[in-house]
Amino acid sequence: MADTARDPPPDRTDFHEVEDGEDLFPEPSAAPESQPASLSAVDISTNSNGPKQDSFFDDDNEDLFAEATEEVSLDSPERDVLLSDGPSPAITPITPPTSVITPRIGHQHDDMFTHSSFDEIEEEEGGDSFDINISVSDPEKIGDGMNAYMAYKVTTKTSMSLFKQRDFSVKRRFSDFLGLHGKLASKYLHIGYIVPPAPEKSIVGMTKVKVGKEDQSSNEFVEKRRSALERYLMRTVKHPILLKDPDVLQFLESTELPRAVNTQALSSAGILRMVNKAADAVNKMTIKMNESDAWFEEKQQHFENLDVQLKKLHASVESLVCHRKELSVNTAQFAKSAAMLGNSEDHTALSRALSQLAEVEEKIDQLHQDQANADLYLFSELLGDYVRLISAVKGVFDQRMKTWQKWQDSQMLLQKKREAEAKLQFTNKPDKLQQAKDEIKELEGKVQQGERDFEQISKTIRREVSRFEKERVKDFKMIIVKYLESLVQTQQQLIKYWEAFLPEAKAIS
Amino acid sequence: MSSLRSVSVDLNNDTSLLIDIPDALCERDKVKFTVHTKTTLSTFQKPDFSVPRQHEDFIWLHDALVETEDYAGLIIPPAPPKPDFEGPREKMHKLGEGESTMTKEEYTKMKQELEAEYLAVFKKTVQVHEVFLQRLSSHPVLSKDRNFQIFLEYDQDLSVRRKNAKEMFGGFFKNMVKSADEVLISGIKEVDDFFEQEKTFLLDYFSKIKDSTAKAEKMTRSHKNIADDYIHISATLNSICAEDSTPNKKRCNRNLSTHFWNLNLILFSFLFFNACLQKVEGRVASDQELKLTELLRYYMRDIQAAKDLLYRRARALVDYENSNKALDKARLKGKDIAQAEDHQRQCLQKFDKLSESAKKELTSFKGRRVVAFRKNLIEMAELEIKHAKNNVSLLQGCVDLLKTN
Repeated sequence: MADTARDPPPDRTDFHEVEDGEDLFPEPSAAPESQPASLSAVDISTNSNGPKQDSFFDDDNEDLFAEATEEVSLDSPERDVLLSDGPSPAITPITPPTSVITPRIGHQHDDMFTHSSFDEIEEEEGGDSFDINISVSDPEKIGDGMNAYMAYKVTTKTSMSLFKQRDFSVKRRFSDFLGLHGKLASKYLHIGYIVPPAPEKSIVGMTKVKVGKEDQSSNEFVEKRRSALERYLMRTVKHPILLKDPDVLQFLESTELPRAVNTQALSSAGILRMVNKAADAVNKMTIKMNESDAWFEEKQQHFENLDVQLKKLHASVESLVCHRKELSVNTAQFAKSAAMLGNSEDHTALSRALSQLAEVEEKIDQLHQDQANADLYLFSELLGDYVRLISAVKGVFDQRMKTWQKWQDSQMLLQKKREAEAKLQFTNKPDKLQQAKDEIKELEGKVQQGERDFEQISKTIRREVSRFEKERVKDFKMIIVKYLESLVQTQQQLIKYWEAFLPEAKAIS
Repeated sequence: MSSLRSVSVDLNNDTSLLIDIPDALCERDKVKFTVHTKTTLSTFQKPDFSVPRQHEDFIWLHDALVETEDYAGLIIPPAPPKPDFEGPREKMHKLGEGESTMTKEEYTKMKQELEAEYLAVFKKTVQVHEVFLQRLSSHPVLSKDRNFQIFLEYDQDLSVRRKNAKEMFGGFFKNMVKSADEVLISGIKEVDDFFEQEKTFLLDYFSKIKDSTAKAEKMTRSHKNIADDYIHISATLNSICAEDSTPNKKRCNRNLSTHFWNLNLILFSFLFFNACLQKVEGRVASDQELKLTELLRYYMRDIQAAKDLLYRRARALVDYENSNKALDKARLKGKDIAQAEDHQRQCLQKFDKLSESAKKELTSFKGRRVVAFRKNLIEMAELEIKHAKNNVSLLQGCVDLLKTN
């Protein structure tokens, strides 16, 4: 089953619904490809295993890539060209290819992905299975006052040939993570990739840390953030395309990272982002797309519903965490009170039993606290992640709508130009006519490109959504198992405590 | 009903007078108790009979006993508290208001929870009224009280009697006791070691147990909140489950649907677990409440009754001391000496009798308290262990199910 999937039959593209026989979840397997192992993200040669699915695509693009069989290894100096420099505008306009190796993806680049599905890319690495583990640790406060920040140690352990070393770490601060996300979003979002969202900013949380408040809530904040950053990086590298992105690799490997500016909430770039977001929201409402593909319609509805449900679930779990903390406080208070009661009791055996009861309750209080932590870190934080992820998924669907809109706009413009040209035919203005003809030729190209883009993004989204759903299942399963196991431990401890208490109660005479 | 009794009444094995409340009706706020008596005593007209009684009737009986001078040396069992459905009623109201924000299933579950809470309050109030009567019936002196007999037997409405009683006493004595007793009790010079110790102990113990009761109540409330949270969580998970299982399964290929089915399975087992946990947490809340909180609450009231006894003894002592002073004055003046002597002798008698009876009562009270605590602490520990073991097998089952998939 897995084998056949690596070579999708020539006339079967990902355009129509996934039918029986087409395995969307192939097991990564050794590739019989002749591609060398150190494939970079830009090895876009026409793969031998990739059948010509180019019937949809312009011949122009094929020629473009026919030249690009030269492999670019990671160590080459050209690599530096690959790194995008700073955040780019939300939508990349159609640009002619400046360099074939720029991953600042113009639409031409999409061919790379049409040829291969994810599993093929994995195989092109020469059978490098996914083996990478990233941990974020040792939060360290650097500096003082309002300019202080937390530095985190990012440790990568991997056997993948993508990396220079097997075990290495770097120091990063929160804005570095945001910067990375910004770059990835600008490169991949508009072509339909679900880029994992970065953890949220928190002005309140950070201010407490800056001011140097060392209490429970600020410790919790730092721990939550550390854990969120770790999950963010793991999610990012789990994505086979993003893993190979040079910005990601630089983030993980380079000792020095250029400071990501424009990530501050109140900076001009930040405000620009907010304005863009608002504009997007308005646009979304005005785009009325003729959805011809029922898959998209259903999926969109599905994600809308999921969004609502997850938000509700998240709220309920946060309430659970809150109440569990309350229970812990109340149990501790009761324990103290029972101890005092035991002291007051003049019947010796009963007095001892009451003191024991107080001790048991105190231990139980600790259990409740630990349980609250599990509730929080396992359950609640995961739900928060997924609420943000679903937003990213919805964003990707929106991008598709925008792409469609652009295509339609080009088509309408072409129509107008054609009508104008028809009119010009009857006038005696040869140069104007020629100009019109030129414009039409250009527009025809644009329309075709628009259609290609639309189909490409649709295909990408289908793949991404399948991948997302698969990851969601894995994530939830793992967290649920961990959570249940933590509950089992709690209950077993409870049994121990009460079994120790029972003889004391029985000893009252 | 009797199996639910959380408070040990330490009944003697005398079966000559058996009382229980087999039945109760709830009409709005008023609870109508059916008091059933089985007796071999000839003082009663019938061997087996029942009467309907309201909470106010119990209060009348308690007050009548407190006001009876002959019983000044006894611990009068504390009056049962008024049935309080305010808590669940308010929650039911809030639930009604929030109905639009939750799914039908969630609403139904919350409603069921509330109805169970309502039922628990109901059972508790029946229990505490029953225990009051049973304490009386097992007391050698109080069981023979005339008013007690009327309460059990009189097949007409007691409200007429109740009104008369109120006019006679006007609750004055009760109020006086409440405000003055602490000062009075702690003020007297105690020659008797036993009472000195008892006084110190009871005053201190009362404040501690009052505090413990309040803290225990807070704990059980937190447990209930968590149980409610689990209801919401399981309802939402259910919706997500439903959401995941609808999308075009028929169009999906085998593997895709397997994966969705996988998620379903996970969510279903979590759901199942959650539903059980909610039941278990809910049950823990009510069991803990019964055993621990009710125990503490009851003995808080009982200790107050013991304090009342000490107060009455203190009053008698003050009377005696006053009569001594009056006798000295009379002797000085040379007038009404015989009267004063008589009065003084009466006071002394009263005080001695009271002290003797009080000593007995307080000793048996201590024994009763220790027995009740022991019983309830053991039962509570055993219940906690049982629940935790149930939870472990439930949870472990879920974990194994998930891991094998």
